[in-house]
Amino acid sequence: MRLHAPSRRELLLASGTLFAWAHLPRLAYAEGRDPRFLAIILRGALDGLATVAPVGDPDWLALRGSNALTLDGKSPALKLNDFFALNPAMPNLQRLFQGNEAIIVHACATPYRERSHFDGQDLLESGLPKPGPSDSGWLNRSLAGLALGGRVDPKGSRVFAVGPVTPLVVRGPAPVLSWSPQQIMPASDDTIARLLDLYRHSDVKLASVLEDNSKISAIEHPGGMAPKPGGPNPGQVRAYFSEAAGNAAKFLAQPDGPRVGALALDGWDTHVNEGIANGRLSQLLGALDDALGAVKANMGPAWQETVVVLATEFGRTARINGTDGTDHGTATVALLVGGALKGGRVIADWPGLKSADLYENRDLKPTTDLRAVIKGVLKDHLRADDRVLAQTVFPGSDGVKPMAGLVA
Amino acid sequence: MTPRGQDAAALALHRFGFGPVGDSIAAIANDPRGALIADLDRPGAGQIAAILPSAADSARQVFDFRAQQQAEQKLALRAKREADASNASMSGSMSGAAGMSDAANTAPVAAAPPPKPANQPPPLPQQLLVSEAKVRFDAATTADVGFVERLVWFWSNHFCISADKVVGMAGPYEREAIRPHVIGRFANLLLAVESHPAMLFYLDNVESMGANSVAGINRDKGLNENLARETLELHTLGVRSGYTQADVTSFAKVLTGWAWIPPSEPDHGGEFAFVKRLHEPGDQVVLGKRYPDTGVEQGRAVLADLARLPATAQHLAGKLASHFVADNPPPPLVAKLAKTFTATDGDLKEVAKTLVMADESWTPQRQKLKPPAEWIAGVIRLSGAQATIPIGRIMYAQMTLGEPLWRPAAPNGYPDTEAAWVDGIPHRIDIASEFAGRAQAADPLVLLKNGLGPLASPDTRNTIARAETRTQALALLVMTPEFLRR
Repeated sequence: MRLHAPSRRELLLASGTLFAWAHLPRLAYAEGRDPRFLAIILRGALDGLATVAPVGDPDWLALRGSNALTLDGKSPALKLNDFFALNPAMPNLQRLFQGNEAIIVHACATPYRERSHFDGQDLLESGLPKPGPSDSGWLNRSLAGLALGGRVDPKGSRVFAVGPVTPLVVRGPAPVLSWSPQQIMPASDDTIARLLDLYRHSDVKLASVLEDNSKISAIEHPGGMAPKPGGPNPGQVRAYFSEAAGNAAKFLAQPDGPRVGALALDGWDTHVNEGIANGRLSQLLGALDDALGAVKANMGPAWQETVVVLATEFGRTARINGTDGTDHGTATVALLVGGALKGGRVIADWPGLKSADLYENRDLKPTTDLRAVIKGVLKDHLRADDRVLAQTVFPGSDGVKPMAGLVA
Repeated sequence: MTPRGQDAAALALHRFGFGPVGDSIAAIANDPRGALIADLDRPGAGQIAAILPSAADSARQVFDFRAQQQAEQKLALRAKREADASNASMSGSMSGAAGMSDAANTAPVAAAPPPKPANQPPPLPQQLLVSEAKVRFDAATTADVGFVERLVWFWSNHFCISADKVVGMAGPYEREAIRPHVIGRFANLLLAVESHPAMLFYLDNVESMGANSVAGINRDKGLNENLARETLELHTLGVRSGYTQADVTSFAKVLTGWAWIPPSEPDHGGEFAFVKRLHEPGDQVVLGKRYPDTGVEQGRAVLADLARLPATAQHLAGKLASHFVADNPPPPLVAKLAKTFTATDGDLKEVAKTLVMADESWTPQRQKLKPPAEWIAGVIRLSGAQATIPIGRIMYAQMTLGEPLWRPAAPNGYPDTEAAWVDGIPHRIDIASEFAGRAQAADPLVLLKNGLGPLASPDTRNTIARAETRTQALALLVMTPEFLRR
């Protein structure tokens, strides 16, 4: 794949936004810092327990059985501390953690307590307390709410979105620039599998065509090495994630580039054959891990002033379901990386894994509000105002205090 | 059977239009047939409002562009030769041959191509094609129903040319020869097509000359049968409908002289011209009828008769029914269309109305697989992404799916059967995912209602409702059997 860093002109052409970058006023920072912020939305509901496993919890093995990540065995999890260990597909994240450049918040959730992807994603990105239509996201509103002449000037700064469509989280009153990766990622295995299932029930001709297509073989043998011409192989997913995230970093790193950005990476809805240590989820997490490495590399010196927040709409069931996967759940992890963090910590008010500890006897119970985490970063990193955070950015969140001490 | 209600409305949009847009299913549910007829009766139906260069103008622009390119290459070559020569003389004592080869190997600075400026606009022929493509695609994706646009696409493919050969003229050809006549008289459509310089160039008639014409005698050259044969075989009567090689030859003689003014002519280059110097003199017998040599009128007379023959009516009726309804259309439907065609002297609007009014057109079984480009237009209409998906991505998608715009491999155009397109279904999933990713995907339940209405099966509803993201829901929806088929 060709990694392509577009010029400003190309960027503007690609986004169709024809304002002149050169006429943007320079960022007017009263202080010496020049903070960068990137939000990565993981759509589809990331399995937090498969990403950061509570290996020190006495009920862990009983809960997940042979699907439980452990510190020994064939694919040992990567130790973070005495209680938590990271999915083996994420060595970059482990290194960042060890270098105090990553924070993991566990048993974390938005205020949403139902299990619809669409509503959950809307709420995650809109920042509203309840599901419902919204035409703006918390990141855009936080930028619009920053004081003029502050560190991040809403007139001089642009929210930057990567991807073919601007994610809701950056839509809103502040102007948005967007850029799409050159590479189009082929449809996901998951989409193909869903269609195959539909065709088998409703259109045998279409089903047979899809079955004949070689791309299907690997779906039915997850983790296998079967070649899949035309389909998105793990390499393509890795390349796409890295290009999207890496290019976002290149723009944020530029002296006169945007200062906040967002992108969305899909595909985390692992109902069947989840492949936690060696399969689909493992490949996706590996791709995400590469993408984090690309962000750090492309940020250059600006990495020291960077915070990246990775969040998903909700978690997955604590137990494995009948098809070696997990269904829609509640609490999960939020990942923070960046040189500006006071990292090397897992922040969790651990709820436990006994049946009585689980939310509705099925999901990891949420004990930390994701909004507290994001508000903490926006406040200490971008210097957002408490009142604006409580009323405009996350309306109705007065009771959710910004988490202190995330940023160094 | 009187089609009515949301079922019929959804059927009307998918089968006769370019698919639903917004809440169009609900909007036409009162009278789906009436909505289709109204599309035919719309003032200016089929026409394009945008001002774009004519075929002749485009041909001249392309000629000038190529001449300019050629001159630049010549200058570069000349500079290279001069540099080579001076290098060779500087290398002094070296033997001539070795010196020349050395000089050639050192890639002299003067011969290096100038560095391409960044963001150079695409070459002129590509620009012309893209602006035509955009206008055409916009017409399909913004139409209320799109029945007339579907007819434009049908007739354009029936009378196809290739933009690979007829550079710069493919778009103007469709606007000038096809669009004005899709709901007019077939005889006029046929004449406009066969006398259009794009077709005359595409099927080599500009090269054809009578062996006994002035030019033929002087140049010892003669007939090219291509246009005559394809007019009989593809455009009118249909293959194996009774004409003979003698008919083809005679008709080719009739058509000699149907040519164009070379695009190098600054004023009228690229326009149609009847060149008497090329025309085979004398009467010709085509399909048993004698046509006196009346110059250009001889060809017009043959075309006018071809347009009215029963075999033509049968051929076109079969193609129309197969295109809109099923690969193997109900024979009574074909018969009705042929009957109207003959009874109205080839009034294509009346034929289209017969198609809409025939009960056989409304079979609830939806067997016909939409060809790729029509499906793409439907995807864009449903997703509301008319403004967000650039024409370049659309053209790329058409190419990926095997139906690049105005570039069929042969004069019989793109195929129109399931067998030809069904193997591309896996590739459509990729396109669906990409385009869904570029749209602001709406609520999946609204999409279901707007895109399929009551046509959605319970399995389809479940599949959409369980999608991982709204984007995936949209991609899945346009890949459901109900959306892929009409």
